Amino acid sequence: MHFDDGVSQLAPVSLAVPIVACCLLLAIGRRASRGVTNGVAISGALAVAGTDVALYAASGSRVINWVGHWLPGRGHPVGIVLVVDRTGAGIALLAAVLMVLALVYSAKYFDTADAHYQCLMLLFLAGMNGFALTGDLFDMFVFFELMGAAAYALTGFKVEDRTSLQGALNFGIVNSLGAYLTLMGIGLLYARTSQLGLAQIGTALDHRSPDALVVVAFVLVMTGWLVKAAAVPFHFWLDDAHAAAPAPVCILFSGVMVELGLYGVLRVYWTCFAGTIPASDVRRTLLVIGAVTALVGAAMCLAQRHLKRLLAFSTIAHMGLFMCAAGTMDGTGVTGAAVYVVGHAGAKCALFLLAGILLNRYGSVDEVTLHGKARDAPVLGALFGLGTLALAGMPPFGSGLGKAVGEDALSSSGYWFGPVLFVAVSAITGGAALRAGGRMFLGLGPKPFEDEEQTTGDEEQPETAERITRLPASLVGPIVVLLAGCAALGLVPSAAHAIGSGVERLLDHGGYEAQVLRHVAPQPAPPPEDIDWSTTGVLLGLLSAALAVVTAIAGWYAEPIQRRAGAFLKPFQRCLAGLRALHSGHVGDYVAWLMVGVVVLTAIVGLPLR
Amino acid sequence: MSYYGYFVAGAVLLVGVFGMARSRNLVHAVVCLSVSQAGTYVMLLSIGYQRHATAPVFGSTQKPSADVVDPVMQALCLTDIVVSATVTALLLALSLQIAKHHGTTDPDELTALRG
Repeated sequence: MHFDDGVSQLAPVSLAVPIVACCLLLAIGRRASRGVTNGVAISGALAVAGTDVALYAASGSRVINWVGHWLPGRGHPVGIVLVVDRTGAGIALLAAVLMVLALVYSAKYFDTADAHYQCLMLLFLAGMNGFALTGDLFDMFVFFELMGAAAYALTGFKVEDRTSLQGALNFGIVNSLGAYLTLMGIGLLYARTSQLGLAQIGTALDHRSPDALVVVAFVLVMTGWLVKAAAVPFHFWLDDAHAAAPAPVCILFSGVMVELGLYGVLRVYWTCFAGTIPASDVRRTLLVIGAVTALVGAAMCLAQRHLKRLLAFSTIAHMGLFMCAAGTMDGTGVTGAAVYVVGHAGAKCALFLLAGILLNRYGSVDEVTLHGKARDAPVLGALFGLGTLALAGMPPFGSGLGKAVGEDALSSSGYWFGPVLFVAVSAITGGAALRAGGRMFLGLGPKPFEDEEQTTGDEEQPETAERITRLPASLVGPIVVLLAGCAALGLVPSAAHAIGSGVERLLDHGGYEAQVLRHVAPQPAPPPEDIDWSTTGVLLGLLSAALAVVTAIAGWYAEPIQRRAGAFLKPFQRCLAGLRALHSGHVGDYVAWLMVGVVVLTAIVGLPLR
Repeated sequence: MSYYGYFVAGAVLLVGVFGMARSRNLVHAVVCLSVSQAGTYVMLLSIGYQRHATAPVFGSTQKPSADVVDPVMQALCLTDIVVSATVTALLLALSLQIAKHHGTTDPDELTALRG
């Protein structure tokens, strides 16, 4: 039977491997040399990547594994299921690949710790893999908390560092509260349906009109995932955590963990709620939240001088774009979002790793402090420049291809604002990063005045025992791999095709239920979407890259521009100052915003259904 | 069907949230998070609860036909408690480190990250 074949046994293996490797590291950590612990950790992550590749290859039709052969209906009323489809296997594979790169990059990091760092990283990977592969709502919560707990600890790993402690605490409290609201929602769903499996809940809710309990349960479950996805106003933890976490941890946060939040939203909606809450309702919700998130992230990104914080806000802005693309609720939209997520991971992770090198080489990640100081590293500067242009969506980078497909999905669904938003947000975030790069690596523009109220990048503690003077391959290699991957995604049509094909299965509500519960073989895969550059896509990509350069130039000469056009810019500056004041670093404020978000979400989802 | 348990669960959750939002001490904020989570325990247990039913343990004194409360919800609740213990311990450890390095546990005085 197809649910019993060898490949499906790999699904639990890919969860067990990192946990076993972590236990092994704990056992040998004190005695083994640094090379051995690194070897164990990296081979653990590589093994996970290998199983994820096999799962990905087999997941054209879903791979289903009832753990321990506890099938529902054969005398057992319950069973826990892993359901692997293209989207789940793809994002799990992305997590494993980024983990390998992060572990290679950090091979010379944190010399004092007894392999605790590698342990936490492997547990984090296990959590992300489990979240992506499970077909059970309560297990999603458990894996969400597992990746959360590992992530809080990793954020606060530099215990000497004030920012990292505060960032970790804000991250922990806000994310945990989100997770508890999700658990409340799961409880309500169980009370209604007596089921915890995604497919079972979906079957029980099908063809019912969405009453108050279903809407409340939906909003509560979504809250946790949206906190992870850093949707405004649940996003406040993200910039604090990213600014504070070590650079190799940041690449997992920005590259895949935040995206897993959106994955959770789509997965749970399409499997559990698609038969009761109409797609138009969720489309409106995702488009509104996505557009606001993109704009807030872009505006805040422009206002940063702390490089990692700047990149963090750019992640928030891009999450908004992914939400808009996936929010079209059609195959093209999610395909675009998937390609964009992978391309964005390449560009953003390369930039974060470069920020890590800057920190360990010059002792700061502040673009004002480092003004002109990094002139002695032209290779890093060139890589940074390429990364910022990829972030802005310039062809032929894969991020640009994802952006083009996303724009196409929005405009063909009749949302004219889509391409405008995508171009503006990519240009602003790419431009802000390019401005920082130009200042640091080329010393462009006058050195700006100091602003007391801003978070500077001077407080960060270096992550290596000694300042880096030469550039070992273990640091530069992962950056080159990430940028090359991002370019290959855009240049090699079959690469984008492999990532994009089969993603529409995520939206197949009935097929998921039928295959999981009734072992009905899936319909043959729908004819693959044509994922390739369109003329409009190339032109809009070039436009946003050009606008990014304009944004960067405006940033370098901000002070002379301000003197000339001060009166015109005043209202914008007021708005930005107000927005920045909201990002107070105060955990109480963030909790209050989370509750405001729940109320707003209930209103957007619930009111039109009355 | 009684809604009482659900209201208590919601109320406990909101009390914890209110405490976190108004907290002047990080240890207090972390404990408030646990209070919020206690709301989820009440919720899960009241979903599984049945009047006049006993614990789901079958043996010589309890026939398999007897009414018992839902064991699935109790399992979820136990998992939830384990999660809570981990997260609370971790966050308290972070608060301790913050007290060492910032010299305060008042969130109003933590100014390393803003804007």
